Amino acid sequence: MQCERCGERPATVHMTRIMNNKKEQIHLCAQCAREQGELNFEPFSVQSLLAGLLGSGFVYPAFEQKPKPESQPICQNCGTSFADFTHTGRLGCAQCYETFREALNPLLRRIHGSVYHTGKVPRCLGRQVHTRRGLAELQEQLQRFIEREEYEQAAVIRDKIRELKRELSGGDDSEHQKDFA
Amino acid sequence: MSIKRILLDIPRWMQGEAEESDIVLSSRVRLARNMVDLPFPHLMTAAQAETFLQRMAEAVQYVNQDDLISQHGPMVLYRVADITNLERQALVEKHLISPQLATGGQNRGLVISEDEVLSVMINEEDHLRIQCLFAGLQLEAAWQLASSLDDALENRLEFAFQEQEGYLTACPTNVGTGLRASVMMHIPALVMTKQAERILSALGKVGLVVRGIYGEGTQALGNVIQVSNQVTLGQVEGEIVANLTAAVKQIVAQEQLAREALMTNNRIQMADRIGRAFGILGNSHVISSEEAVRLLSDVRLGIDLGFITGLPASVFDQLLVQTRPGYLQVLAGQELDALERDVRRAQLLQSKLRSGDNMPS
Repeated sequence: MQCERCGERPATVHMTRIMNNKKEQIHLCAQCAREQGELNFEPFSVQSLLAGLLGSGFVYPAFEQKPKPESQPICQNCGTSFADFTHTGRLGCAQCYETFREALNPLLRRIHGSVYHTGKVPRCLGRQVHTRRGLAELQEQLQRFIEREEYEQAAVIRDKIRELKRELSGGDDSEHQKDFA
Repeated sequence: MSIKRILLDIPRWMQGEAEESDIVLSSRVRLARNMVDLPFPHLMTAAQAETFLQRMAEAVQYVNQDDLISQHGPMVLYRVADITNLERQALVEKHLISPQLATGGQNRGLVISEDEVLSVMINEEDHLRIQCLFAGLQLEAAWQLASSLDDALENRLEFAFQEQEGYLTACPTNVGTGLRASVMMHIPALVMTKQAERILSALGKVGLVVRGIYGEGTQALGNVIQVSNQVTLGQVEGEIVANLTAAVKQIVAQEQLAREALMTNNRIQMADRIGRAFGILGNSHVISSEEAVRLLSDVRLGIDLGFITGLPASVFDQLLVQTRPGYLQVLAGQELDALERDVRRAQLLQSKLRSGDNMPS
């Protein structure tokens, strides 16, 4: 494909521009793209994109209240405000994730399709987290077996859940027994 | 090993043959990690960044005693401030550091293993970016090894982690696993047969991103693209790696089909194109980086299709780096203007390509 502007060099920059809901395809060579200022060859910044998304309200579906930056708390640990985040696209410290969790969740869902981590866990926390995850999964299974009236399998799962709960509570099982009495 | 030696060295991983390595040049896994007790790098004071660099220097000493990690030779920490601008440029060209680390502020660091398979960028966007780089399609192996280095570092450093969000990162696009897996692919036949765009836009629909070979915002040079995962939260690492591997295998299959079609329908034109590329690269006296990369892509295809014999395929991967402006200047030991670079590039290409056999028909 030739460059749309000079018609000489091959088009190596392909862009889709969406303006006023109109989609437009642009094909330029690197030189023309630079000259026309269409493409800034500075590394493209995810932060600026994120900041743009947050600012445009794209992230928050219509039925959900868009968080007002001024009504959001400020991170007590590093002093980052939600306005800082919407401006830079960067959080300030680990604590920010807790501080802004409510406002961040819709964004995480939009980016990742999920708000729950299911992958690797640091070894020091590993056992507990894995047990809790296993528990959540088993409880879902239990529910499915009960709905299908497959009580034998449900009983097996129930015993497994009991065991995991015992593990989590450090061996003391008396309280959890009641759940299944 | 001095940084200059690392730069000029052709790492072992680049010299061998690996799975799908006729189309997949390399596999990389990167893990983003942050410290629980420090603000993210863009909010760190110079003193905090310096202290963290020192903590990393100690952690590296410890990691070097790990059996699995030490198989890759001792890891050494370099301060980016001690590396010249030219050398930084060449490190970017070798994919050992990101452009952001090269141009960023003070107290940034880089850790590299002797064989260049493992590296860690320090105080870039996140405190740590652990990387593992392998030839060919080996994402699962790269993830396993990067994860081992992560485990070894975790014995010395406490990483920021929340049960809900996973590993915490400065930018929420990396949160969760912190894992970015990427693969560099050479797809000349898909480009020639004008199928590349269609296939690559389909990748976007399954959560994969396609970029030029130097990452975000760079051009696709020499028909080489980089494919990586977009989503880092909600999927298990093995799943992310397996999904990307499956997608890459499909692109490989499409590229192979396109190559077969070209060989069946346009054999003579292919021979001509490759022969011309080989001729120019081996006989020019002044050659720009752009032209060199474009022709090198043809030569690599010529090697894969059997038009050119007596040259290892890895020559393309190596020359792709060695003909870049930064590398040429580090090799020369001085700054060179554009013409001098074009002359040196031509000389390098002549010496590398003339030693091979010439074109059979």
